[in-house]
Amino acid sequence: MQRSYELMFIVRPDMADEDLDRLISTLESQVATAGGTVKSVDRMGKRRLAYMVRRFQDGVYILFTIEGSGAVVRELERRLRVTEPVIKFMTVRVDEEQKRQAKIKAIRESRAPGKAAPPAEMAETGTAPATA
Amino acid sequence: MAEETTRTTAPAGADGGGEPPAAHPTVTPGPRPPRPARGPREGGRKYFRRKKVCKFCVEKIDSINYKDVRLLAQFVAESGKIVPRRLTGVCTPHQRRLSTAIKQARNIALLPFAGRA
Repeated sequence: MQRSYELMFIVRPDMADEDLDRLISTLESQVATAGGTVKSVDRMGKRRLAYMVRRFQDGVYILFTIEGSGAVVRELERRLRVTEPVIKFMTVRVDEEQKRQAKIKAIRESRAPGKAAPPAEMAETGTAPATA
Repeated sequence: MAEETTRTTAPAGADGGGEPPAAHPTVTPGPRPPRPARGPREGGRKYFRRKKVCKFCVEKIDSINYKDVRLLAQFVAESGKIVPRRLTGVCTPHQRRLSTAIKQARNIALLPFAGRA
């Protein structure tokens, strides 16, 4: 089952840039070996944490967008848990939300021409109950 | 039932009968004309309150995402609590998604669980 996930994790702020690069590239390769694909990697940069995490007040946020099965996520989370510089992570499933938004967009687009020509919209609403 | 009998007896009493007036005075407090008007308490709302509207419906914000801290922060009180619908005017479906987004944001330390430490 292919699903898309967003994996956000926080790395300790005192980490060197090259170490961070290495960490990200190893994680990417681990996703690939687990059978998933990395759609995008977004470095959101250093941010102040809303609360203390492992005695850190700041953290470097990184966002992965992944496609794959639940097994990929499980494996990746296990890896993150044992990776020392990662202080917090969270995985969110996004495909259903994306589907919902695509639906809304489609509805809105189908309505837009209806507004331009009111008779067409009326005809549309007239046929809707008949089909339902 | 009692009102009906009084109404029928009232004209009879006016015509001049011995017995009906005896029953009549006891029931006269019963028939109450102001009741159908239904206006003893008209006070109620003293000042006009602007109707609250759902921000997400009005501005057509489709995505309520945990990453959008600026947006979420508007619906979080200073103490870190989620502001109830009755104060913000957000509609039920949007409030539901808003609360999940806020909870996700809290989990990844974008928003506080409890006010600023």
